[in-house]
Amino acid sequence: MVSVAQARPQSRWRNLFEERRFLAAALIGPAVIFILALVGGPLVLSIYLSLTNATGGALSGHYVGLHNFIDAWADPNFRRALRNTLLFTIVSQAIVLVCAGLIAHALTRPVRGRWILRFLILLPWAAPVPLSTIGWLWIYDSLFSVVNWTLVHDLMPGHHAFYLYKVVNWLPLPIGDIQPFNPPQWLGNSTLALAAVITVHAWRLIPFAVVIFLAGLASIPSEVEDAAKLDGAQGFKKFWHITLPLQLPIATVALLFGIVFTATDLTVVYILTGGGPFNSTQMLTTWAYTTGIRSGSLGEGAAISLYLLPLLVVVAVLMLRFARRVEVS
Amino acid sequence: MITLREKLHSYAVLGPFAIVLAFPFYWMLWTSFKSDIDLYNVNNVPFSFGKGSPTTKNYTFLFHHTQYLTWVKNTAFVGVVVVVITLALALPAGYALARLAGRWGQSLGVGIFLTYLVPPTLLFLPMSWVIAHIGLQDRLLSLIIVFPSFTVPFATWLLMGFFKTIPAELEDAALVDGASRFQTLLRVIFPISVPGILTAVIFSFSLVLNDFVYALAFITTSKEKTISTGVFTELIRGDVFFWQGLMAATLIPTIPLALLYNTFLNRFIAGFTGGAFR
Repeated sequence: MVSVAQARPQSRWRNLFEERRFLAAALIGPAVIFILALVGGPLVLSIYLSLTNATGGALSGHYVGLHNFIDAWADPNFRRALRNTLLFTIVSQAIVLVCAGLIAHALTRPVRGRWILRFLILLPWAAPVPLSTIGWLWIYDSLFSVVNWTLVHDLMPGHHAFYLYKVVNWLPLPIGDIQPFNPPQWLGNSTLALAAVITVHAWRLIPFAVVIFLAGLASIPSEVEDAAKLDGAQGFKKFWHITLPLQLPIATVALLFGIVFTATDLTVVYILTGGGPFNSTQMLTTWAYTTGIRSGSLGEGAAISLYLLPLLVVVAVLMLRFARRVEVS
Repeated sequence: MITLREKLHSYAVLGPFAIVLAFPFYWMLWTSFKSDIDLYNVNNVPFSFGKGSPTTKNYTFLFHHTQYLTWVKNTAFVGVVVVVITLALALPAGYALARLAGRWGQSLGVGIFLTYLVPPTLLFLPMSWVIAHIGLQDRLLSLIIVFPSFTVPFATWLLMGFFKTIPAELEDAALVDGASRFQTLLRVIFPISVPGILTAVIFSFSLVLNDFVYALAFITTSKEKTISTGVFTELIRGDVFFWQGLMAATLIPTIPLALLYNTFLNRFIAGFTGGAFR
């Protein structure tokens, strides 16, 4: 009797194992084949292209080795694009992490009107980037910019002379002094255009990071919260010793997505500045587009965008490792 | 219970952020109701309505004298088909990677996610060559074929993460009780996965709306365009900006999407952290 009772579940588990392997392959297979065909295929084509001098609409070209990569690197515009890609990504993500952390923390408290505040805060996330960036194009307009109007007009009712630009000039911002009669050309000046692009990137990614942070905060068990309260942990202390360590894996996820969304984005720069003025806001993506499509150097365009690949792989692997380590410990 | 100090702290943080983050949308809305003489006068206060404003003329113009509604229809069509394809591929894959594949499932999952990191700018040169060769240029079908290249890896990763939050014991219990794996999937896993599936649907759809590069490269006929490129390439001609109409065009898809996001947000968060515990 005893031996039968032991044998039955064992054979059942073995059957299950057989079924499991077959099932896994059958369920994963289609997705893997699809991805290999639609991402792997073009990626290989892209690498092939980068090693040839193919131009225009034709794929045919002669093998030129690493010539395209060397040529691209020698171009000062390329190096500026590389620098801008890093600059946009690092600065906007730093802003995003800080702001999203503050917002998410404040949003967890059940205050009156939280629904509408949350709705307003999440708006930039819901709006499709190719459309919302057009809104920014209007905000940054050279003549009718609402930002400039607000900066250079007296905002205090009754002519009490309160000018916002004076406050902005007093702040240590790297955008130069604002002249009231020659208001800033947000998209026409190299430095300001960089700030304008970073602003839009941070603006559109803050809500997404907030959502991920909220998910992380919701996953902290209430027992932890109660224990912290019993131990008298409050304010910054509680944040530093309890909330932050528990939030780290989820913050990593938010950062990983944020880096990818910023570094590989073409839409924001393409719509706002088109890479200008004088190529000062080019990113690797827009420079690849300009070289590959506008100038028709398919091979070099492919090479430029391939410079992005190791960067992304390194970031992704580092982040995933980091996330896993936190999870284990 | 929260203290008054905590409450004030929340408002002090959320208020300014809400204003800054939502301002562009307020500004789009405001602009979309302005008349030309009111808008294009530097002496007018931009925050108030002047001569001829508010007006709905810009909306009438957008609907009747541009191809905007065609682009909306095209976008909805492409979005729905892409979401269906995405779910058909990503749902089983995400589940299997989380549950059935064991240790190599994790590695394969990471591999699939890495493909999502391959930017469209890298792929769109060879893609447009392929699309041209199979004669799909200027056809919505080209977008339907290419968009899953980023929605499938993303949705697979998302669903895999989601399925991992469902305790395996739940499934094992059903299996031990004599249910087949398929029955378990259908009766136990699927119902508690609804938030995760909805999350995947919303994300995939929003990814479709957010694409710009592929639509720009593949579609040049204005009646086959989607909103994302149609508004920018057709409503801005050279230096002539039709600002009020542009703002209306950007707001119209944003508002229902924002409501949708907010409605599903709690389920999204639940899905992200594991809804099976509740």
